[in-house]
Amino acid sequence: MRNIVFGYGISRPRAIDMDNNDLRKSGDIIAEMPELQACIGCGSCTASCTAGRLTDFNFRKLHTAVRRGEYKGVYAELSKCMLCGKCRLVCPRGINTRGLVMLIKRKLGDF
Amino acid sequence: MAYRVVVVGGGAAGMQTAIELKSRGVEPIIVERDIELGGKARGWHKLFPTFTPAADVIRPLAQRVKDMHIRCFYGQEVTQIAHDGVTLRSEERIPADAVVVATGFTLFDAHRKQEYGYGLYDNVVTSVDLERMMIGGKVTLADGSEPKRIAILHCVGSRDEKVGQKHCSKVCCITGVKQAIELKEMYPTADVFNFYMDIRMFGAGYEELYREAQERYNVHFVRGRISEAAETIEKRIQIKAEDTLTGRPLRMTVDMLVLLVGMSANYDNPQLAASAGLTLAPNGYFKARDSFLGVVHSEREGIFFAGTATAPKSLADTLAEASLTASAVDAYLKNKFNVK
Repeated sequence: MRNIVFGYGISRPRAIDMDNNDLRKSGDIIAEMPELQACIGCGSCTASCTAGRLTDFNFRKLHTAVRRGEYKGVYAELSKCMLCGKCRLVCPRGINTRGLVMLIKRKLGDF
Repeated sequence: MAYRVVVVGGGAAGMQTAIELKSRGVEPIIVERDIELGGKARGWHKLFPTFTPAADVIRPLAQRVKDMHIRCFYGQEVTQIAHDGVTLRSEERIPADAVVVATGFTLFDAHRKQEYGYGLYDNVVTSVDLERMMIGGKVTLADGSEPKRIAILHCVGSRDEKVGQKHCSKVCCITGVKQAIELKEMYPTADVFNFYMDIRMFGAGYEELYREAQERYNVHFVRGRISEAAETIEKRIQIKAEDTLTGRPLRMTVDMLVLLVGMSANYDNPQLAASAGLTLAPNGYFKARDSFLGVVHSEREGIFFAGTATAPKSLADTLAEASLTASAVDAYLKNKFNVK
């Protein structure tokens, strides 16, 4: 069938759908590292991030999305992290952020 | 003869001021609008951040007022205040040597935030309703079943120009944390989400409790204000917000929505202030003489403040301030009557 271009398309809804998202994986991650819930969104991890200096890698947004059950593309995105650990040095809540990168990657291997 | 001081309001602030005045040899008279002492704290189950039963604070105070034979007027409303006494609605005048305004606050009426459906949807409740349920021993949905997913919304009637409440009510953040923990203790498998604009943990032990809620109780905190709530056919509540930390809209359905209602200034503050020649702050509360050295003094000699008449305060702050009020009144009386 020929594609007819009407000049507009259908966009996927951007909203985080907490009713249909699979929250089991995020629940597993939080259960293994409850300190993740103590994040206050200060952005220190992103501000100090080596990968974030060169790319649009944003660890704060990524792990917040994971906690809401949004996993798509997270594994690939986390591969930008070089595990330098600067984020862990600055986190005011003492979250083992480097360990968290590894934990999320381990749990989301299939995403 | 002992000097007489009329204390307007028999809540925590009024009772504590009266007790302290009496122990200093002054003769306080409490004028209470309600039929008993205790004020708003009477409707509270447990207090932040220690989960102390509110009754353990209010009852001993009321008992001391009784034991010290402090005179109380019940069911009487004060309509006019002056440095030398007050006038009741019955037009009876109670003369005094000084007056303490301990008139407290008014709870924000959640009906005014129509978009949250309070009064329209069965499972939208306020933080005060939740305390009442906890006093009754059980928090349930309207049909008696247990909630599995609960959202707590901060700043309902606080920091909101649209309802004329520009100020921060100060105590709701920590109340939201406290109630989230209580709900998780009651229903450990339930998911509790707190939607907040900013989290303000100003008091001793508050930040620690916040962190405990996050780490130990797995309470979810979402930075974003719920824009609207709607009821589903199963009587659940559908909510919309922005998860501002991911920068995306968020939608979810919960069994119960708890609105953390703020503290408003009393509606009759303008009338009382006009009668006494006092001014009000832009948020409608009484204005203290000075933010540092005159927090319990009004701009008029012989009229003093205690508690939330001047601003939203915690119960602990109110009680501490009431002692200061008594000391300031005592000093004023001694100076005025030249007592050595």
